[in-house]
Amino acid sequence: MMASIQNLIADNHFVVFSALKVVVVIFLALLPMVAYAVLAERKISAYIQDRLGPNRVALPLISSIPIIGPFLTKLGFWQPMVDGVKSFLKEDFTPAHVRKVYFWLAPAITLIPAFLTVAVIPFGSTLGNEKMVIADLDVGILYTFGIVSLGVYGIVLAGYAANSKYPFLGGIRSSAQMISYEIAMGLSVIPVFLLVGNLNLSSVIGYQTGLLHILGATMPLPNWLAFKQPLAFLIFWVAAFAETNRLPFDLPESETELVGGYNTEYSSMKFALFFMGEYANMITSSAMMVTLFLGGWTLPFWGLDQPATSIPMGLAHIGIFIGKMLCFMVVFIWVRWMLPRFRYDHLMDLGWRRFIPLTLANILVTAFILWVKR
Amino acid sequence: MIVKRDKLNFWERLYLPAIIGGFKVTLRHFFKKKITMQYPEEKWVVPPGYRGAPYLVKDQEDRTKCVSCQLCEFVCPPKAIRITPPGPAGSPEAGNVEKAPKEFEINMLRCIFCGFCQEVCPEEAIFLMQDYSLTGTSRKEMIYNKEKLLALGGVHQDKIQKWKQKADEAKEQGVKP
Repeated sequence: MMASIQNLIADNHFVVFSALKVVVVIFLALLPMVAYAVLAERKISAYIQDRLGPNRVALPLISSIPIIGPFLTKLGFWQPMVDGVKSFLKEDFTPAHVRKVYFWLAPAITLIPAFLTVAVIPFGSTLGNEKMVIADLDVGILYTFGIVSLGVYGIVLAGYAANSKYPFLGGIRSSAQMISYEIAMGLSVIPVFLLVGNLNLSSVIGYQTGLLHILGATMPLPNWLAFKQPLAFLIFWVAAFAETNRLPFDLPESETELVGGYNTEYSSMKFALFFMGEYANMITSSAMMVTLFLGGWTLPFWGLDQPATSIPMGLAHIGIFIGKMLCFMVVFIWVRWMLPRFRYDHLMDLGWRRFIPLTLANILVTAFILWVKR
Repeated sequence: MIVKRDKLNFWERLYLPAIIGGFKVTLRHFFKKKITMQYPEEKWVVPPGYRGAPYLVKDQEDRTKCVSCQLCEFVCPPKAIRITPPGPAGSPEAGNVEKAPKEFEINMLRCIFCGFCQEVCPEEAIFLMQDYSLTGTSRKEMIYNKEKLLALGGVHQDKIQKWKQKADEAKEQGVKP
């Protein structure tokens, strides 16, 4: 029996390990991260608003452990579990006036692209003989942009399917907003690939090793593209906010004017899917920013910028990657309370009349410098 | 009135001052003392004069002060009070001297906590106290009867002590109280 299983693994090495990575990354890493991102959002929001946030849920046995148990309860550590149960137990109401097929399809279409993008992101160097990326595609970034642009369909479809005014407005806004910022986002990464000369995300990370050199002088900064291409980084970052519908660009949802926008008519698990989609998008765009601009799983000291040779090192790389990602997540959450929502024309103005010309100029300047240096 | 808007300068158009300002405010509040009250453990202290739930009180001699005059029942705007007087036979212990009610019910679901009952009561037998969160699992449970109202109301530290004065007067006149 064991022998036959080993044979099976040996014969289908790639398939088995890819499936394993998918299961581990999606179900054991991404979904819990989504759940805890929601908790972090609630906690940080509460603290910024002088509140305490969720601090009640206690598990029977674990919460009676001294110090740790009450601490976890105060942290709201068990809250995501209860939230999940609540989403499932709530009534899944389908209003009579909705277009049913699209109404059912939209939440899935929002969530799936968010999960698909994770496939190409190298979340670590190697663990044993396995590369820590689900699919090491040569067209990594093109794949990402292709998938991300599918995400807008979910929201537009939700707005259309709901067949009522607020979701419809939300859908229209999101289509315009996300398409506009996708252009800025796509253009902003072109200089990165001009420098790297490759679309594969693993080689983007490989490019960002060591220390930064400017005009032959070594700077005490890591050789990350965030320092080489600060403008591209900034624009990508802001566009990521717009792509994930986060404040200050949450016009598709804007509770105050659109009563929740595209998800107004949704309830129960369908609403939860939109919610998870938003957070999964935040996580994947954080991961993209870390990979493209902050050196992915590398750190420029202790030889942490070379592919791992041992298992602890491989785990350390995964830890570094997640750590960098979490910083971006906190910024995502924090910015929500820092800035008011943009007005619609300002949003479009920022996207089309500021970012796109700036990115185009950035491409030209980078190309020119590379041409001169050649 | 037309408010003249100043043109934003270069820095302001970069949104930087707004971002820094927003960050300062959020950071300050993040580390500020939290104002959340942990409700079931910590409770709000109601100010004096607060109109909470109306309860019946006893005097210092442990006697029910209510005399079933039914003024509160009459004045109650939402008709939350129902009094059953003892009837012509009176109560077995006190006879017809003071007509303590046979039953006194307040429907706390109807009560609007207006305080008219307290205001109208000639015997100072009913008071709006400090309870503000009345809960129950059924409508029936929310109709408080005499026993419950008296238990919740407790003793009223009455300065006048009508019955003590009456007893003193009787003693002076040489009559058995």
